Amino acid sequence: MATVKVRRNFQQARWDEPIIYDMSVPGVRGILPPPVERAVVDRVGDVVGELGSMLRRELPNLPEVSQKHVLMHWIHLSQETMGANLTNDISEGTCTMKYNPRVNEDLVGEPDFADLHPHQDDDTVQGILQIYHAFEQMLKEVSGMDRFTLQPSGGNHAVFTAASIARAYHAARGEGDQRDETITTIFSHPCDAAAPATAGYKIITLPPDENGIPDLDALRAAVSNRTAAIFMTNPEDVGIFNPRVDEFVRIVHEAGGLAFYDQANANAFLGVARAKESGFDMCHFNVHKTFSTPHASGGPATGAFGCIEALAKYLPTPTVEFDGTRYFLDHDRPETIGKVKDFYGNANNVLRAYAWTMMLGADGLREVADISVLNNNYLEKKLLTVPGLTSAYQGNGIRRQEQVRYSWQTLKDDTGIGTDEVNRRLIDFGIASYWTSHHPWIIPEPMTLEPCETYSVEDLDEYYEALSQVSEESYRDPDFVKEAPYASSSHRRNDEAALDDPKRWAMTWRAYKRKQEV
Amino acid sequence: MAKPVYPYIPNSEPAQKQRLLDGIGIDSVEDIYAEIPDHLRFKGRMNLPEPLLSEYAMKRHVLQILAKNRNCRDNLNFLGGGTWQHHVPSVCDTIIGRDEFLSAYVGDAYSDHGKFQALFEYASMMGELVGMDVVATPTYDWANAAAFCARMASRKNGRAEVVMASTTSPSRLMVIENYLKPRISLVQVAHDPETGALDLEDLRSKVSDATAAVYFENPSFLGFIEMQGAAIAEIAHAAGAELIVGVDPSSLGVLSAPASYGADYVCGDVQPFGIHMQWGAGLSGFMATRDEPDYVAEYPNLLFGITTTTKEGEYGFGEVFYERTSYATREEGKDFVGTTTALYGIIAGVYLALMGPQGMRELGEGIMQRAAYAIDVLDDIPGVQTPRFKSPVFKEFVVNFDGTNRSVRDINKALLDHGVFGGHDLSRDFPELGQSALYCVTEVHTQADIDALATALRAVTA
Repeated sequence: MATVKVRRNFQQARWDEPIIYDMSVPGVRGILPPPVERAVVDRVGDVVGELGSMLRRELPNLPEVSQKHVLMHWIHLSQETMGANLTNDISEGTCTMKYNPRVNEDLVGEPDFADLHPHQDDDTVQGILQIYHAFEQMLKEVSGMDRFTLQPSGGNHAVFTAASIARAYHAARGEGDQRDETITTIFSHPCDAAAPATAGYKIITLPPDENGIPDLDALRAAVSNRTAAIFMTNPEDVGIFNPRVDEFVRIVHEAGGLAFYDQANANAFLGVARAKESGFDMCHFNVHKTFSTPHASGGPATGAFGCIEALAKYLPTPTVEFDGTRYFLDHDRPETIGKVKDFYGNANNVLRAYAWTMMLGADGLREVADISVLNNNYLEKKLLTVPGLTSAYQGNGIRRQEQVRYSWQTLKDDTGIGTDEVNRRLIDFGIASYWTSHHPWIIPEPMTLEPCETYSVEDLDEYYEALSQVSEESYRDPDFVKEAPYASSSHRRNDEAALDDPKRWAMTWRAYKRKQEV
Repeated sequence: MAKPVYPYIPNSEPAQKQRLLDGIGIDSVEDIYAEIPDHLRFKGRMNLPEPLLSEYAMKRHVLQILAKNRNCRDNLNFLGGGTWQHHVPSVCDTIIGRDEFLSAYVGDAYSDHGKFQALFEYASMMGELVGMDVVATPTYDWANAAAFCARMASRKNGRAEVVMASTTSPSRLMVIENYLKPRISLVQVAHDPETGALDLEDLRSKVSDATAAVYFENPSFLGFIEMQGAAIAEIAHAAGAELIVGVDPSSLGVLSAPASYGADYVCGDVQPFGIHMQWGAGLSGFMATRDEPDYVAEYPNLLFGITTTTKEGEYGFGEVFYERTSYATREEGKDFVGTTTALYGIIAGVYLALMGPQGMRELGEGIMQRAAYAIDVLDDIPGVQTPRFKSPVFKEFVVNFDGTNRSVRDINKALLDHGVFGGHDLSRDFPELGQSALYCVTEVHTQADIDALATALRAVTA
C-alpha cells in the first residue's frame, strides 16, 4: 500500500507576479505578424487611409513585452492555480473533478481536428461528423433518450435549451401563454431556476421534506394548468436519491407539463439508472463532469441535451444525421427553437468525450459509477468522525450516492471557525478550495465533496487527515486558522467590501489606475 | 478475460476496491444502489461499442476517423463568417495546454490566484482595445454576448424592443432571437444595397421610446465596414436607446474603438486571438461597458476585480458584486451564469500581450492589404464581381458569381479538387445577393495563396 501523504510542508508557487502592464517596455515585441509582400502593398495602395473617421488614431494601450517574458508570466500564473490534474480535487463537489486524460489533448491538437472550419462542406468533415453521430448514440444508450444535441456549451446552457424547448412545445399546443410557470427544487442547481426564468417563466421552488428529499405534497400543491415543466436533479446536491422521482414526473405529466432531468452530474448512474426509467422527457449531461472533459478554469464545456422523440423536432438546428453511407448536417428543421450557439457546439469536448468513452465501454462506465459511490461512502464514514463535522440529514438511514453535503456548523458553534475559514486553511495542504454550496445555504456552514472514480484510497485518506488536522487546529488555536491561508499564492483579502463598492471596484487595469488617482 | 484495472480508475484494482468495501462495512456496491427502487434501475448491460482499452488502440482508432476530414492546413481556406483562420502563436498553445489552467474550475483566488489574475489581465487588455472600463468574464460566444447586452439594456431602460441591422450574421441572429423571447422583440433595419451601410432614414423611423437598444456589427457579417458609427449612436441616443456594437476584435488595431464613436456596450468574439478554429469550437464571447453602477448591476456574468490583501503591496483578486448573479439569488439574479469559455479568455490575454499595440496595428493593416489584393485579382476573373458592396472592407468581402452562370455550390465543389475551400455560400441567407459567397483573407494568406485561389477560380468558372 502506498503511503498516505499529508502535505504539511506544502507551499504553492508565490511569484509575487506583477500585472502584465507593469512589465511593459515601449517598443519591445512579443511576436511579429507575417509581412505583406511588396507587390501586394504596391498594388493596393493606402487601404487604411480609406477608413477615414473610422481609422484608429491612437494605438491601443496594450503591454509591450518580449516573448520569453510573456511565456514566463503566464506560466507563473498557471503555477499559481490548482488544477484538478495536479491536486487532490475531491474538493469541488457537484463538479465531478475527474482526471482529464492527456491523450485527449493530443487528439484535439491534431490538424485534422484543430484546423477545421465550421463552414466546410460536409464531405470534407466526415470524420468529425462521425464522432458527433457516434457520441450521440452513446448518450442515447446511457440515458434512454431518443435524440441529443451537442450544441449547448455548458450545463446552464443545456437547461436553457430545455426551457426553450418547453416553450416551443407548449406554444405549438396553443398553451404557450397559459403555461407560464416552471417548478424546481431548492437543492437543484440555481440554473434550474435561473435559466427557465431567462426564458420567461415564473419559478416555483419546492422545499425538501424531513429526509432531504423534495416534498411530494408541495409538488401536488404547485402543479396546475400553468405548469410548463419541472426542472429537477436526482440525487440533489445533498447526495440522496429521490426514490419517488417517477411519481414527481407522473404528477407533472398529469398536469400537462414536461419533466426535465438535470443530470449535470450523472457519475453515479452510468449503467445503473437512467432518465428513461424515471419517465423524464428531457435530460442533460455535463460532458465536462461525467465524461471527463476539462473544466478549463470555467469552460469551454459541453452540456449534451437529450429528449424523447416527440420533442426532437424542436432541437436546435442543425442536427447531425447519417444516411447509411454519408454523415451530414440537417438544417431543414422547420419547428426548431433555432440555435443556442453559433455553429455546432464545442466539438473539442465531443471528441474528447468520445475518446474517453471508447476507452471504457459499458463495463468501464459501470466501474466509474461503482467506484464513485464506494469512494463517497468510504470518505463519508471517515469524515463523520471528524470533530465539528456533520452531514445534511445525517442519520436518516439513507445511504448517499456520489456526493455528500457536510456542515461545519458544530465546529462554528464550538470554536467560531466556519466553513470559509476551514476552506482557506485546507489550501495550506495543497488541496484546492472546496465547494461550499450554492445559495441560499439551507445547510449551514456547508461543504460539498465528491470523490469521483479518479481518486485513490490514499487520496481519500489524505483528505480525511487534512480535514482532521484543520478541525483539531480550530479547537486548539482558532486564531491561527482564521488567518489562513499561509502557503497559498496570495494572502487573505483584507477588504471584501471594496469588491462591492462602485468607487473602489476595478475590473480592468485602466479602471484601477483611474480610481487609484482619485 | 479478467476484469481490467482501468488506468483512470485507481480503485478498480481489486484489493483497493476491497479496502473501500471493508471501510464502509458492506459486501457489495449494490448495498448503496439499494436506495434506488428496482423499477427505476437500468437492467442489463449498456449497448456500447466494445472498448479500446489501451491508449494506443484508442488513439489509432480516433486518428483513423479524423483522417476522413480535410483540414485548413493542407488545403487553402477562404472561409470566415464567424470563425476565422488566424495564426495561433506557439506560446498560446503552450499556455492552453497547461494542466493548471486546463483542469481548474471554480476555486476562489486562494487556490486559483493565477486564474483570477489571468482573467483580470484579459479584461484589462480587451478594455483597452474596445475603449471600456468593464469587461466581464467570457460568454459562450459572440451571439450569447450580444443577446446578454440586449437583455441588459432592456432591464436598464425598461424597454422591450431591439433594433438590429439586417446584415447581422444569420446564425448569430437565430441565437439572439431565442435569448430574447418572449419579452423582447426584434426589429430589422434596412441597409443600403450599394454600400451595405445601415439605412439611417429607416433607422430613424424604427427607433422610438420603445427601443431598448440598437445593434449593429462592425465589420459587418458581410465584411464591409460600417462608416456611420457616430451617426447611428446619435440616432439611438436621441431616442433614449442604448447602442450595442458587435466587433471582430482582430480589426481593432486599425478600426476605431467602438466606445469612441458612441457604443454603450461592445461585444464580439475572441476566437481570432490565439484559438484554433476546431470546427467552430473556438468561440468565446466578450462583453464590455463603461464602469457605471447601472451598467455593472445588469451583468449576468462573473466579474473579477483587483483588490488588496493582508500583505502590503500584494495584488489580490475576488468576485465583484456577486449578489447580481443567479449563483447568489437563483431566478432573482440577472439571466444565468455558469461555465462558459474562461480558458479562451485567458488565451486571448496571452495573445494580446504577445501582439502589443504594434502587432495589432500590423495585423490589421496587413489583413486589409491582402483583402484588397484578393478583391483586385478576383474581380479580374470573367463573370466574377467583387467587392459587392462599395465600402471599405476588413478581412471579409462578398464575391458575386452571377456572371459565371454557375452556382456558388457548384463552384465550391469544383474548388475542392484544387485543394481550395471557397467562400461561404450566401445564397440561402441573402438571396438578394444572387450567387454570392463571403470570402475571408487573413495574415495566414500569402500573395501566392491568393494567386492560387484566382487561378483555381478561373479554371472552375471557365
